[in-house]
Amino acid sequence: MEDTIVAVATTIGKSSINVIRLSGKDAISIANKIFSRDITKFKSHTINYGYILEGNEKVDEVFLSIFLSPKSFTMEDVIEISMHGGPTSVNKVMELLLSNGARMAEPGEFLKRAFLNGRIDLTQAEAVSDLINAQTEGSRKMALKGIDKTIYNVINGLKEKVLSLIANIEVNIDYPEYEDAVVVTKEMINDTNKEIKNKIEELLNNSKKGLLVKNGLKIVIVGKPNVGKSSILNALLNENKAIVTDIKGTTRDIIEGSLMLEGIKIDILDTAGIRKTTDVVESIGVERSIEAINDADLVLFVVDSNEGWNNEDKEILAKLSNKEILVIYNKNDLKENYNVKELDKYNNISLSSFDNDKIEKLKKKITEIFDLNNITKSNYAYISNARQISLLNKCLEIIDDIDQAIKNEYEIDLIEIDVKRLWECLSDITGESSNEDLLNEIFSKFCLGK
Amino acid sequence: MEYDVIVVGGGHAGCEASLACARMGIKTLLITTNFKNIADMPCNPSIGGSAKGIVVREIDALGGEMGYCTDRTLLQIKMLNVKKGPGVRSLRAQGCKVNYPKQMLKTLNETPNLDLKESTVKELIIDNKTAKGIITEENEKINSKIVILTTGTYLNSDIMCGHEKYKGGPHGEKNSMFLSPFLEKNGIKLIRLKTGTPPRILKESINFDEVQIELGDKEPLTFSNFYDATYDIDKQYPCYLTYTNKETHKIIMDNLDKCALYSGMIKGVGPRYCPSIEDKVVKFNDKERHQIFLEPERSDDIEYYVGGFSTTMPHDIQEKLLKTMEGLHNVKITKYGYAIEYDAIDPLQLNLTLENKIISNLFTAGQINGTSGYEEAAAQGLIAGINASLKIKNKEPFILKRNEAYIGVLIDDLINKGITEPYRLLTSRAEFRLLLRHDNASIRLTEYGRKIGLINDEKYNIYLNILNEMNKLNIYLDNNYLTPTADTNRFLEENGSSQLYGKTSLKNILKRPEIEITKLLKYLNQDYNSRIADMVQTEIKYEGYINKTNQEVEKMLKLESKKIPNDIDYEKVPNIATEAKQKFIKVKPLTIGQASRISGVNPSDITMLLVYLKKEYNNE
Repeated sequence: MEDTIVAVATTIGKSSINVIRLSGKDAISIANKIFSRDITKFKSHTINYGYILEGNEKVDEVFLSIFLSPKSFTMEDVIEISMHGGPTSVNKVMELLLSNGARMAEPGEFLKRAFLNGRIDLTQAEAVSDLINAQTEGSRKMALKGIDKTIYNVINGLKEKVLSLIANIEVNIDYPEYEDAVVVTKEMINDTNKEIKNKIEELLNNSKKGLLVKNGLKIVIVGKPNVGKSSILNALLNENKAIVTDIKGTTRDIIEGSLMLEGIKIDILDTAGIRKTTDVVESIGVERSIEAINDADLVLFVVDSNEGWNNEDKEILAKLSNKEILVIYNKNDLKENYNVKELDKYNNISLSSFDNDKIEKLKKKITEIFDLNNITKSNYAYISNARQISLLNKCLEIIDDIDQAIKNEYEIDLIEIDVKRLWECLSDITGESSNEDLLNEIFSKFCLGK
Repeated sequence: MEYDVIVVGGGHAGCEASLACARMGIKTLLITTNFKNIADMPCNPSIGGSAKGIVVREIDALGGEMGYCTDRTLLQIKMLNVKKGPGVRSLRAQGCKVNYPKQMLKTLNETPNLDLKESTVKELIIDNKTAKGIITEENEKINSKIVILTTGTYLNSDIMCGHEKYKGGPHGEKNSMFLSPFLEKNGIKLIRLKTGTPPRILKESINFDEVQIELGDKEPLTFSNFYDATYDIDKQYPCYLTYTNKETHKIIMDNLDKCALYSGMIKGVGPRYCPSIEDKVVKFNDKERHQIFLEPERSDDIEYYVGGFSTTMPHDIQEKLLKTMEGLHNVKITKYGYAIEYDAIDPLQLNLTLENKIISNLFTAGQINGTSGYEEAAAQGLIAGINASLKIKNKEPFILKRNEAYIGVLIDDLINKGITEPYRLLTSRAEFRLLLRHDNASIRLTEYGRKIGLINDEKYNIYLNILNEMNKLNIYLDNNYLTPTADTNRFLEENGSSQLYGKTSLKNILKRPEIEITKLLKYLNQDYNSRIADMVQTEIKYEGYINKTNQEVEKMLKLESKKIPNDIDYEKVPNIATEAKQKFIKVKPLTIGQASRISGVNPSDITMLLVYLKKEYNNE
C-alpha cells in the first residue's frame, strides 16, 4: 500500500455533516491516535461512534467507518470520519490527521489509487471523475450512467456489427474455395458503414447535449452602452438570487452569475461593451469580451428599439459571425413591434426588462433554442468524456476513409484495413480490444475447413 | 559418434531443420523411424493456401527447401484471392505424395554434413537440464550439442475409427511410446490434441460426369522466389467438386453413436478450422449441403483425396456416406478416414528461438509444438535449425518480428498465446498482412537468409538482379511523364480513367486504381518483366495503405522496445490479475509488447505492469 492520504470528501460549509477520508497503509494507526476508542481491533465495514481527541480534549463527536484492504474504494485501508459541519472543527481534525502522518491528497488522488489498484477500469475512472466534478443533478445522473456502461452497450453494439463484417471478410480470404460464407460486397460494407456513421453522429449529437448537461450553457449579453444589458441581466438573475454563485475566477472574471433552467446551469457573462477605444484598460475589457463571445453557446444581442439600428450595432453584429444569436429588442415599452431587417434571420424577442412576464418568455425562448426540456427529461446516455468524444470523431474520419476506398474501387483487403481500424477505434472507447474475439467470431459463425 | 545437432523425425519440420543445420556447416544427423516416411504427406498433399502459401515463399526466401521441392513435383497450382487485394494473394498447389518425398530425400542425401539414420528415439540424454544427445530403442547412445525434436503426431498417438482405437502413427506406422513420458518426467508439460483425415478413393470408381471440374491457373506460377516454373501448364491435374446431401446428413445423424468423435472416445481437442463431416453436420444443421473436394494425390493418378470429409465413422458407414454423393455412387475406398490423438508440448514453454525454456539445447518444431499443416511445420523446422546452428556458432539468435513475416506471427502467437487446438496460420492472425505479401517475400527476407548462410551465390545474384530491375523501373516511373495529348487521353479513356489536364508523372498515373502497370508499360512500349512490374505497382498503388500499416508497426515496435528486466518478480507487481500473473511467470515476456499479446492478459494488467516498471526500474 501507498503512503496515507487525507482529504475532506464533502464541500466544507455547504452541508451540516462533513466527511474526511483517509486512505493508505497507515490510515488505521493514524486515525487511532486521535480517536477516543482503540480501532485497531475493529472489523472492516463497521461504523463506530466516538470522539476526535486532541490530547484529552474532545474536538468533535463523530462516526468513524472502517474499510479494510482490499474491500474499499481504493483497495487500501480506508477510514471515513463523519463529523459535524463547520470549517473550524473540520480544519482542526484535518490538522490533527496531517500532524500524525497523513499527507494532503492531490486532486483526484483517491480515484487514481482506485484505478491503479485495479478497483475500477479506465472508463469507470473517467465516469467517477465526471461524477465528482458534476456540478448539477443532471450531470450527476449522467456520470452514474457512465458507470452503468449504458454507452458502452451502444458502442459494443457497433463493435459487434463491425466485427461480424470483418469476420465475414476474413472467411472470404482464408477460405476462398468455400461457398458457405456470403461473399462480402462493397455494397454490404457501405451499408454497415453508413449505419455506423449515423449512430456515431447521433451519439456525438447527444454528447453535445451531454456536455451541456455537464458544463451548462454560457450566454453572453452584448449591445452598445446603455442599451439595457444590465437590467436584463439583473432581471434574469434577480429571481434566482439563491443560486447566484460566487465562483468568480473559475472560468473568467466576467461571469456575472448563474441561474438554473430546467436543471441546466446557465452562466451569464456580461461584456464590457465592444467598441473601438484607445483607453488601455478598456481595450483589455474589449479583448475579454471578444473571447467571451467566442466561448459562448448563445449571444443575447440587445438592440434599443427606441434609438433604432445604427452603425455601432452593425459593428457589434460583425463580431458575432457564426454564433447562435438571440436578438432582444429592448425598451419596447416605448416602441412596439420594432424590428431590423438585417436581423431577421436570427431568433428574436421583444421585451422590456421591467416586465416579468417577458423575462419568463426570454427564458422560455432560451429553453426552446437548446431543447433544454428534452435534454433533462431524456435518460442522459450521452458521452461527455473528452477522450471518448475525440475517439468518436476519429471513427468518423475512418468511416470517411472507408467510403473513399469504396469509391476508389480498392480491393476488399485494403478496405478491410480501415474497417479494422474502425473496430480498434471503437474498442479503444470501451478500453478493450483483442484479436481472439475475431477468431471466435469466425469459427462460431461459419462452417469451414476440409 | 558425435554430432553437433540431432534432428529426431523426418517430416516437414525435420527436413527443413536438418537441411538448415547442414547447410550452415553444422554436423547433423537426421533420425527417423522409417525412411519411407521422410517428407510424408499423410493428409491432403496440398501445399500452400491462404496465408500458408506466403509462408512457403518465406521459407524459400530464407533458403529453405519446401517451395522448390513443391515447384518440381506439383500436380496443379493456382493463385488464390487474386481479386481480393495484394496482401492476401497466396499460392496453393496440389502436390504429389510420391514425388515430393522422393525429391526431398534426394536433396537430403546430396547435402553435405548431413547423415540419415533409420531408428526410433526412446529417450534423450539429459544432464543438468541440458540436452546432450539421444538414446534409440536399440539402446544406442548418440551424443550431440543440440537435439531438435520434430516428431509430428507420433508421440503416444492413438488411431481412432468407429469404436476401434489402437496405438499407432499416421497410416498405421509404429508410434513413439517412450518419448513423451520421458519428456513429462523431465518437467515438460504435454497437451493432448486431435486431428483427422478423410478416406481416399480409387480414381476409376469416380463418375466424373457428375462432378464439377476445377482447373489450375493458366500462367506459370512458382513458390520459389528464384527459379522459374518447369511444369507443363496444360498438363496440370484437375480437382473436382461434389456435395453432401440430405441423405448423407441423415445417415450421419442416425449413426453418431458409432463414430469415435461423438461416442466420447476422443479426449483431445481438434481444430475448429478442420472439422470432421460429423461435426459440420451437427454444428451447422441448417446447411443443406457441404462442399466435398475430390483431389488427385499422386502423379500416377490412381488415388483421390476426399477433401472436406474427414471422419471417424466405422468403415461400413464411411462407404455408405460416400455413396450418397454425386459422382461417388460406385466409389471404392482405398484407405478409410480416421482420427489421430497425440501428445504435443505446451508451446508456452518455448522461447522465440523454439528452444525449450526448461531443458536447454532442446529445440522443438512442427506438430509437436501444437501446430497443424506442413507449411507451419516446415517454417518452424527452418527457424529451429537456424537457431540451433547459431547457438552452436555462438551467434545472436534469429527472430522474425510480426511485421517481417508470417513465420514471425506464427512463432510469436505460439509461444505467447499458447494453444487450445492445433494452430493453423490464417491471414487474420497477421495484423500487418499488407506488408507480408506473397510478392515481396524475398525482399523482406533474403538478406537475412544470406547473412545466416542459407542463400548461396546463385540465388543471391538472382535476388540482387530482381532488386536492380525494380529499382530501374522505379526510376523510370519517377522521371517520365504523360502529357495531355489526344493519344494519351484516348489511352486513359480506354482504361476507364479520367482525362489528363497537365503533365503527370507515371507514378502518379499508376496511383489511379483503374490503371494497370502492364497496360501502361505496353502503351509506352516499355519492356519489363511482368513479375517485377507487379511488385513495383503494388508499392505505388497501395502506398497510402502501406503507410497506414507502417504507422501501426511503429506503435507495436514502440511497445516492443520497452524491455522487461530479467529479474522482475511478478509477485511484487501490485494488482495484476492472478491469471495474468501466472501467464507472465510462465511465458517470461521480454518486452511490454510481447506481454500484451499473451492470451488472458488484459490492457489493465499491462497498465499495472508499466506503472510498476516505471516505479521500480525508472524506465520509460
